[in-house]
This record gives sequence, C-alpha cells and structure tokens, in this order.
Amino acid sequence: MRHARRRLVVAAATIASISLLTAGCADETATESASSTPAPVETPAPEPESDPAPEAKPDDGFPLVDYEVYGRTLTLESRPERIVSLSPSSTEGLFAIGAGPQVVAVDEYSDFPAEAPTTDLSGFTPNVEAIVAYDPDLVVVSYDPGDLVASLEATGVPVLILDAAVDVDGALAQLGVLGTVTGNTDTATDVIRTLEDRIDAAVAAVPQLAETPTYFHLVDTTLFTVTSDTFIGSVYGLFGLENVADPADPDGEAFGYPQLSAEFLVDADPDLVFLAGTDPDTFAGLPGLGGLRAVGDGNVFPLPPDVPSRWGPRIVEFVEAVGAAVTELAGAEADAA
Amino acid sequence: MSVPAAAVTPSVTVDDRDRVVPPRPRDLTVPLVAAGVGAAVVAALVGLVVGPVDLPVGATVGALLDRLPWTTVEHGLGASSLTILFEIRWPRVLLGLAVGALLSGSGAAYQGVFRNPLADPYLLGVAAGAGLGATLAIVTGTATLAGGFALPAAAFAGAIAAVVVTAGLSLRRGRPAGPAALILAGVAVAALLAAVQTYLLQRHADSLRAVYGWLLGRLSTVGWAEVRLVLPVLVVSAVVLVLASGAIDVLAVGDEEATTLGIRPGVTRALVLTVASLATATAVAVSGLIGFVGLIVPHGVRLLAGTRNRRVIPLSMLFGAAFLALADVAARTVQAPAELPIGVITAFVGAPAFLLILRSQQGRA
Repeated sequence: MRHARRRLVVAAATIASISLLTAGCADETATESASSTPAPVETPAPEPESDPAPEAKPDDGFPLVDYEVYGRTLTLESRPERIVSLSPSSTEGLFAIGAGPQVVAVDEYSDFPAEAPTTDLSGFTPNVEAIVAYDPDLVVVSYDPGDLVASLEATGVPVLILDAAVDVDGALAQLGVLGTVTGNTDTATDVIRTLEDRIDAAVAAVPQLAETPTYFHLVDTTLFTVTSDTFIGSVYGLFGLENVADPADPDGEAFGYPQLSAEFLVDADPDLVFLAGTDPDTFAGLPGLGGLRAVGDGNVFPLPPDVPSRWGPRIVEFVEAVGAAVTELAGAEADAA
Repeated sequence: MSVPAAAVTPSVTVDDRDRVVPPRPRDLTVPLVAAGVGAAVVAALVGLVVGPVDLPVGATVGALLDRLPWTTVEHGLGASSLTILFEIRWPRVLLGLAVGALLSGSGAAYQGVFRNPLADPYLLGVAAGAGLGATLAIVTGTATLAGGFALPAAAFAGAIAAVVVTAGLSLRRGRPAGPAALILAGVAVAALLAAVQTYLLQRHADSLRAVYGWLLGRLSTVGWAEVRLVLPVLVVSAVVLVLASGAIDVLAVGDEEATTLGIRPGVTRALVLTVASLATATAVAVSGLIGFVGLIVPHGVRLLAGTRNRRVIPLSMLFGAAFLALADVAARTVQAPAELPIGVITAFVGAPAFLLILRSQQGRA
C-alpha cells in the first residue's frame, strides 16, 4: 500500500509536469487575479545560512497550473513569496530546502529552525482572519480543521495540504513537493539526496545481529506507544527491528497508537526502549518497569524532543539515533559473546 | 410571560419522598454485608488472575499464598511473572477496589443528603475542578514534577477548590441556603470550570491526548505509591460515612423532626458532604474521571437492600469496590494487550444499567 501511494505521487508529479507544458494558455486568467493581490508589505531579509538557493528566475515553473498533489490540485500564479505554514513539519521542510526567506509566518508549534517566524497562529483551531492578515500567497497545513481550506480558498489563497507522512519515503517526497511549489526544485532535490545518503549510511553502519532485536517506543508515561504501521514505526522498520506493541493494534483501530498494558510490556521485555516523552529515570520508576532487561542493560534511549513526531528533514536525526542504539546493542552482545 | 405549570415540571422527581420510607423493611444486614465482602474478594481474585499476560492460575494462587506470613508455597513463577503480579496487578486491583468504594460511597452519601436520586459524586464541581487542575498541570508541563505526583496533587487541589467555591456561592448571608442552592451553585461552577478547561485545551492542542487520557480514567499505570495515597482517605471516609449513615436517614423526616431526635441537620450535612467530597477528590486525583460508578452502584444496592442509608452507604462501598475492580479487568483484557480507558467501560455498562434501574423503580412506584 505504501508503495502504491508513492507511485501515486510519482504519477501526480508526471501529470503536473505535462500540465506545465500546456500551461501557457492559462496566462490570461492568471494575470487577472494576480493584479488584485496587494504588494507584499515587508519581505524578511534572507538568512545567509538558510538560503543557498540560486535567485529564482521569473519563469522557473511559474505559473504553476493545476499541479496535482495528494488528490488535490493547486494553482500558483507566481512563485510564492509570502508563505504561511501551520505545520511544524512543513516549516522545517521549507527552511531546509531554502524557501525560508519566502515564509512570513508559522504556527505556534513551529519552533524549528530558530529563524522561523513563529507567531500565535494555530494549526488546530485556525482563525482565517488572522491567517489572511499576513496576506499569504500560499498556506501550508497538515490537515484541514473545520473547513479552513475552503475558507482560505474562498478568499483566493491557495492551500497546500501535506498530511502526516506514512513512512520515510513519504516524508522525503513532501520535501520534493515543497520544492516544486516554492520554486526551489533544485535545492530540494539536493537536500533529498543528502538525506537519503545519510539514512542509507546510518542503516548500512549497523552491524548484523544474531536475532532480530525487539523494541518499545514510548509516547508518554501512560504507555501510549506506536505500532510498526505508523510513520515512527517505519523508521524502526528501516533497521528490521520488531515492535513488541504490534499485537496491541493489529487492525489499526487505534490508528497505530495503542496504550499498551504494563504487564504485557514486562512480559515482552524488549531489547531496546526508545523514549519520546520522558527521561530514562522516570521510565525506570514506572510501576513494574524497573526490572526490564533494557533498563538493567542501559538500553533505554531518549530521542531528541519533537523529532519523532515530525515528518520533516530532521527525520534523519531520528534514524541516526535509532542506528546508534542498535549499534550499541550489537556491541554489548559482541562483548558478552 | 406565563409558562404552563406542566411545562416546567421536571420529568424526574427531584425530591423523591417515596424512597424515604423503606418500602420493604428487611433485616438481612449480615448476609448482605457478607455478599458485599464476598463480591469484593472475588473481584480481587479475578483481577489478580486475569490479565493480558497468561499466568497459570494455580501458580498465581500459590505465589499469593507464599506472600502470607508463615506460609511457604512452591509456585514456580519467574521473576517477570512475580513483577506482573505484585508490582502491577496487586496495586491496580487494590486501587480499583478503593476508588470504586470511594466513588460509590460518596455517590450514595450525596444522594442521601440531597434526597436526589440523580446526585452523583461529581455534583458539586469535583470533576470539573479536578479536570481543570489536571489540565493546568499537563499544559504547563508541571504534571511530571515530584515524580509524577504533581498531577494528582493538582487534580486534588482543583477538586477541593471547586467544592469550596460551590459551597461559598450557595450561602445566603453567611448561612446555607439549602440543598437546591448548593446543587445549582455546583452546576454553575462546573460549567465555568469546564469552559476554562476547554479554552486551555484549545490553546494547547499538543496536550489533548494526555488530558483526555486522564479524563477518561486511568488505572493502567498506577503502582503502590497511589495505593499508599488513597488508603488513609478510604479508611477515614468509610468510618465517617458509615457512622453518619444513620443520621442521614433521620434527616429524611425533615430538619425540625430530626432536631427533636437529637440530630443537628446542618452539621450532619456539612460533615457528610465534606468527607464525600474529600473521598471523591482523592479518587479522581489518582484515577481520573471514572463516571457512572457513583450513580449506578447505590441504585443497584437499593434494589437489593431497600433505601435506608444505613445499609445503602456501606453496601455501596463494598459492591462499588467489586464493580470497579471487575471493570478494570475488562479495561485491560477486552482489547489486550492494548488498554481501554476504564471510564469507557463504566459508561458502557453503566448507562444501560442505570436505565434498567430507573425503569424497575418506576414499575414499583
């Protein structure tokens, strides 16, 4: 199914490039509505670090007409210069591919990178007026809460929905989409290639283990966790790890985020524990969990905050953290042998 | 504008005087108490033996007997099985029993004092106050402080504060203005606090799951620390509520008659409500908001034992303990090895059970 989805993206991109060739005839309508857009009030100075992108040429892909992306079509008259992102993952992606200078506002939870213009805009309970006040020419969201997209499009603001990625490939594909819609295609391609290389290197660096290691990924101290069938699970899947929580949500009724019974975790006794929501001491202090093998052997690994829950470019840090943990486990096994 | 009298008559009688006189005087107290104790013991054993991890029944019972003083039983359970039994299931079972007893006893006491069959332990704003306290702790990130005990502390403080505000609002010129004023003040306080909580949640959408997990009730990750917190409150409130239960029955004849019978109505009501609120706040602090227990258990007990509070309150504590311990078994086995929020179980069982009880009472009246 994941492969099918990826193929769909590729197909969509192909259709989009074909439609670009025939886009010339749409110019009349394009200029008509573009003239009604007020001039940008202020343009943030480009950050020297985050803007390795070459100067966008006026004709590098714009206007972008009927660009098919994840089941919707997007039309951009010109290269967006006033982007509002209400998705922390997409904010990280925009800055990573060199579109940072085009971003005028990001939501309250978009706290990375540091130069992102964080505002009190909310991606969960969005206020259309507050968003429109930034005079955006593109709004990026992770989902459509309460007709937000229809309201924005009614005011003539194009909206890109980048839903939570289902796996690592999906996250990287979204960077490509961001590159296309912001006119940073070349930089995005380079960034994706770099990330792919780092991920491949992290996976290749892990030594072979005699048995498939098992793991538990803790979301919070009430033992909410993830199954393999989630974006987070797909990262562990790169290393062939076995998730002890998979039986807790076999048919995806909990959307891959079940709450695991403490006694089941004690019985499963995983090789590795990864913590997204707390520190190793707190974990070891939870009722009954102090005696886990992973606790005794020091195989409880805190993950960088926020990174596992975002499907942006920092996914590579998550992959490398998991790789380092598996390598450490293999090293300990080799010493014991 | 005049409203037809029929239009404002509530469909459920608030002051249900029919129940004040026991319709079927029985003197089966000893068998009933024995049945209640038996139910609690059976529920505890089921809770210890049944769970997502299959522990052999014989060995489990052996391991339990082995812990008794002066007995040694070969049980053959491994270290992780013993951890499951004594670090996870035991505290969880005990807490289920204790929280069930506290909520059911408080519910019965509230119903007795207010003479309102729809009174439940959350009537005076305890739930809303605790919910706001817990939400504040979670969204400010202080919930994990003090080894995680900042969360129950905040919930407890919120619950007590809400009841105090409710009681204060119901005063007229410094004197209690009667049960109706107290109930209405409770409704208003609860609505206000719920609004504040909703606002906070909207502003901190990243905390939604943590807060809702707490609101739906959690016995899933409790340990001995929570048991140690709850037991003293359980003992105190059981003693006070059981001792006061006879006085609550006397209040039913009316304040003036009660006074001539040597009962001080104001003091009795204040004492019972204070202890019941304390009990509820403690239960909520460690287990979240578990609904319906305080409503259906006392009503079920009344079907069994008549309506005298002398029986209803102690029996509600016993059967409430059994009910919640069993509900928790369901919470951890229905979708094993995933947990189901216990509040979902109690509401799923509780709402239809409550309707049945209401119907059978109407049939009898």
